[in-house]
Amino acid sequence: MATAENFVLAIGTKKGLWLATSQDRKQWSFSGPHFLMSEIPSIGIDTRDGRTRIMVGVRSEHWGPTVAHSDDLGATWTEPEQGAITFPEDTGAAVERIWQIYPDAESRPGVVWAGAEPISVWKSTDGGEHFELNRGLWDHPHRSDWGAGYGGAAAHSIVVNPAGDNVHVAMSTGGVYRSLDGGESWEPRNKGISAYFMPDPNPEFGQCVHKIASDASVEGRLYAQNHHGVYRTDDNGENWNSIAEGLPADFGFVMLTHPRREGTAWVVPLKADGERIPPDGKLAVHRTDDAGATWKRLDTGLPEREYNSVLRDAAGVDSSEPAGVYFGTRGGTVYASADEGETFAEVVSHLPDVLCVRAAVVSTAGLPVPETAAARGA
Amino acid sequence: MPDISVVLPSILQPLAGGQSILTAPADATVTVGSLLDTVTGGYPVLARRLRDEIGALRRYVNIYVAGDEVRRLQGLETEVSPGQEVLVIQSVAGG
Repeated sequence: MATAENFVLAIGTKKGLWLATSQDRKQWSFSGPHFLMSEIPSIGIDTRDGRTRIMVGVRSEHWGPTVAHSDDLGATWTEPEQGAITFPEDTGAAVERIWQIYPDAESRPGVVWAGAEPISVWKSTDGGEHFELNRGLWDHPHRSDWGAGYGGAAAHSIVVNPAGDNVHVAMSTGGVYRSLDGGESWEPRNKGISAYFMPDPNPEFGQCVHKIASDASVEGRLYAQNHHGVYRTDDNGENWNSIAEGLPADFGFVMLTHPRREGTAWVVPLKADGERIPPDGKLAVHRTDDAGATWKRLDTGLPEREYNSVLRDAAGVDSSEPAGVYFGTRGGTVYASADEGETFAEVVSHLPDVLCVRAAVVSTAGLPVPETAAARGA
Repeated sequence: MPDISVVLPSILQPLAGGQSILTAPADATVTVGSLLDTVTGGYPVLARRLRDEIGALRRYVNIYVAGDEVRRLQGLETEVSPGQEVLVIQSVAGG
């Protein structure tokens, strides 16, 4: 008999954070809302070093952005006094929004990356309590040519290879940038990715990438969901090739990859540019098990009609076997699958717009159990 | 020496040790910016709620001096006299 696992599901919305725990990924106990009336656009669940730390990017329309963390599943939150992410004075910049919180590899405990608006990458070596601005990207000569996507100008995806020397960052809008020296220097890597909305549709940079993710085990293989276009690179970003054939739409925001199995990725296609809804109002996740050669439509358990979109970070996977897949809509419904997307079930509905979803297998020994059902139907 | 009082909305009071009013001693006029520096010096989280790291007043934070919002005066350079009261009020914005 398999050892019982405990799961935590963190749901960041436009008006606060909800946390849920489960032992079977079917019945969930909730706590929340945490940070009521602040949006939670980014969440990182760090299970390294024998503890569970939930880090959240918090942004209040009134009181601005900040980063907080909890080591007790949300029973208490800590906000570093001087702020975890604040621009150095010489930059003349101020943080608008934390878009990404990315715990690094198991082999580098304490290292956490963050992406923010304005376009910037940050690195913490103390478990996300204080971050340093990545000067290589901040001082990049392309900066003045980078633009803002609809949601703002931000670095929203960070992918670090197991050795820690290769770092890919995706920004809206600017495209994919790669560092081969752990983040010291950066070069654009967008060859093959179309920017049809620009005078030159194949520029060196300027692509509107929505999300990138690395393959579970093939070094140098990454996947990208773009503003029209789904791509894969097998050579560390040197060349990108379309893998959109077989999908009902090549637009979307989500790109997820399997925690262990090579070639497996999930997307949530949306029809665009004018509509931005699931094609024909029928919500479906699509999974590839062969690195994008073919796609399988997964909609068992999803509603007949759904006209809300799924945002770039409103989806996540856990590390269990089989892997869990989770996503939330702008209509405030969250779905979970305990079988890699074959079947989904509604976790909660009628929350505010879901901005970020993260899930993890955690140890709850010694931790308080979240209040039950505080969020269901909230 | 008369004080200048800064009155906080209830939502921010936990960030000032539960105080509803912060005071700064003053024997001459000071600017709103320097007044905020003084009264939030010991409360860095409160300071970040009011102004960003380049010192700009957050968009939906309103500060009133003698009944006028400082954006209609001289912004953070608006002068405050000893004995005056400064109000921090959040905008009634949102949806």
